[in-house]
Amino acid sequence: MKPVASPHDVDDAVEERGRETEEDVRSIKEARIVRIARKYGNILRVSLIERLTYRGDFFLSTILRFLPMVTTILLWQAIYAGAGEKPIAGFSLHEMIAYLLLVHISRMFSSMPGLAAGIARDIRDGQLKRYLLQPIDMLGYLASYRGAHKIAYIATSSLPYALLFFLCREYFDRLPDLLTLAAYLCSLFLAFAVGFFFEASIGMIGFWFLEVTSLLYVVNTLNFFVSGQLFPLDLLPPFWAAVLKAMPFQYMAYFPAAVFLGKIQGADLVRGLLAEFVWGVVFIALARWLYRLGLKRYSAFGG
Amino acid sequence: MPIIEAHGLTKIYRVTQKKEGFLRAVRSLFRREYKEVRAVDNVSFAIEPGEMVAFLGPNGAGKTTTLKMLSGLIYPTQGSAQVLGFTPWDRADEFRRRFSLVMGQKNQLWWDLPAADSFQLHREIYSLSRAQFTRTLGELTELFGVSKLTDQPVRELSLGERMKMELIAALLHQPQLLLLDEPTIGLDVVAQATIQRCLKDYNVRYGVTMLLTSHYMRDVEALCARVLVISHGRVIYDGPLARISEQFGKSKLVKLHFENDGVPTDLESFGEVTHSEGPVVDLKVERTRVPEVLGAILERYTVVDMSVQDPPLDQVIARVFEEARVQHEASSQSS
Repeated sequence: MKPVASPHDVDDAVEERGRETEEDVRSIKEARIVRIARKYGNILRVSLIERLTYRGDFFLSTILRFLPMVTTILLWQAIYAGAGEKPIAGFSLHEMIAYLLLVHISRMFSSMPGLAAGIARDIRDGQLKRYLLQPIDMLGYLASYRGAHKIAYIATSSLPYALLFFLCREYFDRLPDLLTLAAYLCSLFLAFAVGFFFEASIGMIGFWFLEVTSLLYVVNTLNFFVSGQLFPLDLLPPFWAAVLKAMPFQYMAYFPAAVFLGKIQGADLVRGLLAEFVWGVVFIALARWLYRLGLKRYSAFGG
Repeated sequence: MPIIEAHGLTKIYRVTQKKEGFLRAVRSLFRREYKEVRAVDNVSFAIEPGEMVAFLGPNGAGKTTTLKMLSGLIYPTQGSAQVLGFTPWDRADEFRRRFSLVMGQKNQLWWDLPAADSFQLHREIYSLSRAQFTRTLGELTELFGVSKLTDQPVRELSLGERMKMELIAALLHQPQLLLLDEPTIGLDVVAQATIQRCLKDYNVRYGVTMLLTSHYMRDVEALCARVLVISHGRVIYDGPLARISEQFGKSKLVKLHFENDGVPTDLESFGEVTHSEGPVVDLKVERTRVPEVLGAILERYTVVDMSVQDPPLDQVIARVFEEARVQHEASSQSS
């Protein structure tokens, strides 16, 4: 084990720029992409081991999360009874309750508890240093880690979820066809990206302000409403519904649930998925840009 | 070729001035007042491969700030540096694969998991091959004597064991340069000694360059042949540890053992009596007067045993710091 003969020397040899053809450059670039993908994939795998140590906690928190559901169901039953059991904004009572259950699935993908606060804390207490000292990208690492977190969470809570959906099966009048189901899965994965990079962008504010908890509280409270977790956005007056549907927040809750229920179909569905994708890219760019700006400031003033 | 070269490194921090009192606090919300702090001031030095060098200095002297610049965490306000042939604050991946910074007060390992899992993560971060990783890890756990502990959750380890794990994590990718900020802080004497021995062994075996800051003279004495004394952001001494006393210690300690309790009463005329117990007396004598004083005493009294020593190193260092502080204050007042 001579430090002189460490693996980066091998990398050096591969990346040695000299008399390489364009094709070489391309294949080297491809090799690098594969290597980066493998690296973050492996980080995800290793993180998964870490997250699974907390599986008991996941299990309990899932069950507890659904207790408030009971009161919500009773509330909506009362509302529909008062409205003479007629559909409200195109949602029947069954659809409404199915929607509220499905929103939980959306949030399972898009909610990022502790992400923004964690980034701000890392900046404040200096843990950020590790991303600067080690050959690793902070956003890439956090995304892999969060991905592992989500997989562990979904795996351990699938049992209570399955039980719950079984108990509530009467509210699902019909199941979506395969194509809709594929679109639904697609919207869920994109919900993860939108949610992750949105929260990460907020966390980056920690570079400029020491405390982001109160800001985060405001954002989360607003998000609960504007993403459609409280009720479907269609219940709002048409103008406001249109405004909120033009915003990125609906993709964290409303959109996937509406897709599952078949409320968005055909061209609208394709447009929606495309818009969700674009918002994901926008937030990736925003988070990266804020990170770069913040690092400049951090390296100049703090450290 | 030096592994580290620093030229005129300077770091000036702008710190906001917090005013007391409500009105002033409100005013400072709109208009902030800043004060400039010269944390590192025109520091230059070069370190050759394989050296073990210590940064010595009181709190706030600029040691950690210098380490942060060398590891690329912060930009200097002025000056340049080359570390392993790279400009550190460019943070090239190739550069980051070749060094490690260990901070005694920060931990990087996953708290609830065995260290072995964190090591796996490091393997992925540094893209180490499995064979190389296994071999290096084996050698390191053996060197540090913790082979049996890697499967225990980190939170169950003692502080000393945890520090060893931190060091192993930092060495897994076989860095050519190891920067250590207070590596033995908070450890008991035994654990300190073990860490010192491990670092020394590692340096001897693999020829890794080490640069460390420490408050503990023991660390420095045990590890580093060369020290850079930093005070108020400036390097005030660069050389072998042993010669600090020559340069800064103006006096020597003469230990005298007189015959039959015949301690003379006029010793104060030769120097300061710092300690006296029975026939044994410690006499602090100016360095230049030692031969003359010894001659005179031996001529007049019967001495059974005697020795001449440098005063304890930490006392010398403390004096150096104190003098630098007084000088610094004088110069900043006059300017």
